[in-house]
Amino acid sequence: MIWNEKAECMSENDKEALQLERLQMAVKRAYESVPYYKKRFDELGVKPDDIKTLKDIEKLPFTTKDDLRDAYPFGMFAVPRKEIVEVHTSSGTTGKPTVSGYTRGDLEIWGEVMARGLCMFGVTDDDIIQNTHGYGLFTGGFGVHYGAQKMGATVIPISTGQTKRQIEIMQDFGTSVMIFTPSYGLYLAEEIEEEGIDTKTVGLKAIGFGAEMWTEEMRQEIQKRFNAPAYNIYGLTEVIGPGVGLECSEREGLHISEDHFYPEIIDSDTHDVLPDGEKGELVLTTLTREGTPLIRFRTKDVTKLTRGKCGCGRTLVKMDRVTGRTDDMMKIRGVSVFPSQIEKALLRIDEVEPHYQIIVTRPHLMDEVEVQVEASESLFSDEIKELVGIREKIEDYIHSEIGLRVKVTLVEPKTLPRSEGKAVRVIDKRKL
Amino acid sequence: MKVKQLSIFLENRKGRMRKALDVLEKGGVNIRALSIADTSDFGILRLIVPEPDKTKKLLEDNNFLVKVGEVIAVRMSDRPGGLGEILGILDDSDINLEYLYAFVEEKENGAIVLLHPENIDDGIKALQDGGAEVILAKDIYGL
Repeated sequence: MIWNEKAECMSENDKEALQLERLQMAVKRAYESVPYYKKRFDELGVKPDDIKTLKDIEKLPFTTKDDLRDAYPFGMFAVPRKEIVEVHTSSGTTGKPTVSGYTRGDLEIWGEVMARGLCMFGVTDDDIIQNTHGYGLFTGGFGVHYGAQKMGATVIPISTGQTKRQIEIMQDFGTSVMIFTPSYGLYLAEEIEEEGIDTKTVGLKAIGFGAEMWTEEMRQEIQKRFNAPAYNIYGLTEVIGPGVGLECSEREGLHISEDHFYPEIIDSDTHDVLPDGEKGELVLTTLTREGTPLIRFRTKDVTKLTRGKCGCGRTLVKMDRVTGRTDDMMKIRGVSVFPSQIEKALLRIDEVEPHYQIIVTRPHLMDEVEVQVEASESLFSDEIKELVGIREKIEDYIHSEIGLRVKVTLVEPKTLPRSEGKAVRVIDKRKL
Repeated sequence: MKVKQLSIFLENRKGRMRKALDVLEKGGVNIRALSIADTSDFGILRLIVPEPDKTKKLLEDNNFLVKVGEVIAVRMSDRPGGLGEILGILDDSDINLEYLYAFVEEKENGAIVLLHPENIDDGIKALQDGGAEVILAKDIYGL
């Protein structure tokens, strides 16, 4: 089944003609309605009229997360605030988050691209979708929700956590589609088995998962545990949320809805656009967003693009599952965490920046974070209870900064590795 | 009256204590008394040595985190109930102890307890008023 055959199976020529038309409009709108874009374009001496071919997009400036943050809260809106019917934010590393504003038209697009994805997973209006992604300022929960509503399926907006209740509802309501992060899915499978229920008898038809990096082995494990195929979902709040890239029945990469999002792959050092098939940083331009249009947004996600007709019949370009980042962002239990956030928490304890190291492991399905902090003159006390108190205080500060509980260990001075004077901040042992 | 004590931060990891002791051995430092307080991931090694300030520098030069603190040394009789008497004095004066450790003194047929009350001056006063034999720092370092 294909949700929107006209849009998803266009010939290359038709697709490019539509993209160019929409790109020209998007660039014009951004230039005329958002002071930030006007300033950047003028600095580079480019005008919306300079976009005569799709390749001309390379003349346009990039937009980064920092640019969006500088425009906090509503500086990137291309329409009067009154026309914005919903806002979402992504986490901020240095205080302020980035804001994405949605008009009614934007929500329509969001539902449309996500419905295409659910259709790729084999979901129909007869299915019951249990959505364990969080509902809130993050886009995870709502994106899937709007797609399910657009399609007409029954959606259970249960959100994250409450595992016992999740299991009860799965059984009582006859859930046929689960949406979860891979690690939560594995945890859920284990809890279900613990209750003496055979996961295979839960009768799932499909699983959609996203929001964190995973390995093909994890997918195989989830598919085996639930006896259902699992499909990848890609998206980011700045662009729209989940629904930017979605996996079809081939399960070999994610189709990007090119009639709404224009992808490029660049070399993140030289900023050169790379040809299809080469790995680099994904850059996205929104072709139809009204609220917060994005021109050449640098996602910092590493992937490659593959064109050509897919086995599923679609002609939309495919991106590989994201295999890395160009910055030091980590995904811990689905949450984006930057080492700088942990550093910020440590600075609250001690005026001087302590040496620290973040060790990420996945000992048993769930991500665990240990932050090793070198004890210093000011942190050290002769009293055990004071030292334990300091450790707990650091744990609390980090929790309030990143929203996750981590284990803090005090280690001896000068024992953490340093390379060329700069410490190795993160050791990720998860083998993602 | 106050005896200087070195507190050394140690990770609760194989070989850490040994490394600290190796440094002291190389520096020719003879330990008078020692105790360890530990949790599952770190510990504090507390030492009484003849030259505390010099030893602190030696340890710090070897990347150890060291603090100099003070404890009270009290001589007690080496028999059942000896320590109880001392603690009784503090108890009667309503003085809280953070920790203590003790060792036997062969020459004098006695034992010495090192005490760390919340307030060290109050502790000394209470002990002396209660008739305990508080030892001078130089006597401990020279043992």
